Amino acid sequence: MGDVLNFRDSAPASETPVALAAFLGASNATAVRIEPGEDARALLAHLDRLSLVEVTFPAFGDGRGYSAARILREAGYTGELRASGDVLVDQLLAMRRVGFDTLVPNAPLDPAIVETTLSRFADVYQKAVDGRTPIWAKRYEEA
Amino acid sequence: MYLYDKYDQAMVDARVEEFRDQARRRLAGELTEDQFKPLRLMNGLYLQLHAYMLRVAVPYGTLSGRQMRMLGHIAHKYDKDYGHFTTRQNIQYNWIKLEDAADILADLASVEMHAIQTSGNCIRNISSDQYAGVSADEVTDPRPWAELLRQWSSFHPEFSYLPRKFKIAVIASQEDRAAMRLHDIGLELVKRDGVVGARVFVGGGMGRTPMIAPEIRDFVTEDEIISYVEACLRVYNRYGRRDNKYKARVKILVHELGKDEYRRQVEEEFAHMKTLGLDPPVAELDRIRTYFADPAYETGIADTVDRSDPDFAVWLDQNVAAHKQPGYAIATISLKPVGGIPGDASSDQIKLMADLAERYSLDELRVTHAQNIVLPYVKKADLYALWQELDAAGLAPANLDLITDIIACPGLDYCSLANARSIPVAQKIANRFADIGRQQELGELKLKISGCINACGHHHAGHIGILGVDRKGTENYQLLLGGSGAEDASLGQITGPGFDENGIVDAIETVTNLYLRERSEGERFLDTYRRLGMAPFKEAIYG
Repeated sequence: MGDVLNFRDSAPASETPVALAAFLGASNATAVRIEPGEDARALLAHLDRLSLVEVTFPAFGDGRGYSAARILREAGYTGELRASGDVLVDQLLAMRRVGFDTLVPNAPLDPAIVETTLSRFADVYQKAVDGRTPIWAKRYEEA
Repeated sequence: MYLYDKYDQAMVDARVEEFRDQARRRLAGELTEDQFKPLRLMNGLYLQLHAYMLRVAVPYGTLSGRQMRMLGHIAHKYDKDYGHFTTRQNIQYNWIKLEDAADILADLASVEMHAIQTSGNCIRNISSDQYAGVSADEVTDPRPWAELLRQWSSFHPEFSYLPRKFKIAVIASQEDRAAMRLHDIGLELVKRDGVVGARVFVGGGMGRTPMIAPEIRDFVTEDEIISYVEACLRVYNRYGRRDNKYKARVKILVHELGKDEYRRQVEEEFAHMKTLGLDPPVAELDRIRTYFADPAYETGIADTVDRSDPDFAVWLDQNVAAHKQPGYAIATISLKPVGGIPGDASSDQIKLMADLAERYSLDELRVTHAQNIVLPYVKKADLYALWQELDAAGLAPANLDLITDIIACPGLDYCSLANARSIPVAQKIANRFADIGRQQELGELKLKISGCINACGHHHAGHIGILGVDRKGTENYQLLLGGSGAEDASLGQITGPGFDENGIVDAIETVTNLYLRERSEGERFLDTYRRLGMAPFKEAIYG
């Protein structure tokens, strides 16, 4: 495992996640890895025993992992949600918004650029799973 | 029209600074071209054959005079003194230096404009009817819905790395002036029992596998439209093909699953989405609607036009449409002069159109998907003065919807994807049919040219379409007949073997001559083709 960017209050999980098929095959693992073509909803029956879900991004342009992450958070999963692979600085904001809270990029990211990137946009236009209040709600509160 | 509040302005300002930093890192060599590519693409910057091309969003095609003037300023200061209006109601600049790109975005932000998501595999600029708000046949103005969707889609965290680009159009009339069913999602606003909602069509598009979008839902109300569109996108993001970029658009998913199965999956996701509180309150759409309220029309003004100048009368009959308000008219400025480049305008012309909008059209313009400009609020009493100024600037071709009102992509003259040139073919056709009397005799005839199979020139949807291909190293042009992007949407059929640049012009003359001989009273070219079928046209061309 490479360097972990951790946005959780607690330390990232140290266990090695198992593949989805192995996890579903009656294992007692608490950490699982899902690939872009795999259905995150297969995990929904097991969320209470999971402490880590790793979602892989073999190529940054394959955005299926964003849906996987958001689906898990929408279902109430509160454990560690990790994005690994071709994770670039320019995807960080979107990844945080769909619920990833640890990142394991193939190539290390410059911490200064990470910080600038994540603080650049003061507001967001749509509701996601990061608890941020969308602009339309702020307007409504003010009105 | 819509005005940014502090939130909207902060979003585009932050984007400018983000891009300035990215461009700086690229110019300093900290980013490779490969690393920079996805960043510049999300900002509408393409590396083309000769230079960078910058595509600027014109949301649902609506512009103020001040915004239009800025587009002219950018053409003058940063490009070769012209810009190109596109089939998605945007404008492109073909000769941009990377060093200038951030400054251009800052200039745009100063007039509430941007280039966000004008490229990349994300939700693109929302397009609409160029007559929105002023045509008598609409149910409601579709642009508030389009603005709601613009904001929702901007920097959407889940849908920024879709299998392929994603285009949405919103209309509110039965007459479709926006090629709605050739979009990934087309929304047609309709009224049921006094309530406005959207019919939703998913899976239309052109490219190498053209499809007309099937209806996926017959009614979604305004308080659920965001949830519904999110459901459509999520099913696509999860299951759209990513193994082959030519099969990656949502039209292929809808086609391969079948519309009923796609609908079933969307409904299931929609039921879930509705529980998440994703939809803004109706108050938000009402807030946006106030910006699109009718202007203070003058009443009791002249509702007739002096037709005594015969040249003016020709333009009046061809380029001016009926307005919902007595005493007003909708005037289309054709960017299709014979021998010109379809959709191009010089910076002086752009600035003049900005001035004319301020003086004669309540400070508003529209870009049309046919690459023309509309002045939507012209008093009938002002039409003659307007026409004289347009005519003096070469902006008064009286050819709206006629054979020389050609849609053409930039083609091999600019585009790195193209196989053949589009512009010289458009010019040759326009020259052949230059006589306005001959054009009027042919009547409504939508001719559309693409320089490659990606179909940016909408050739599938032309009454006459032309597709440029590369055949053993030489440019070859295939002829298609019978397409339509309007409410009677259909896809053109290829006539047979292609032609060289002169041969295609001859072939068009042949099919239009056949039409003139065979047409029945009141039939357009398209109607005659539909009645007779391909055989007689084929016989006339190849027989």
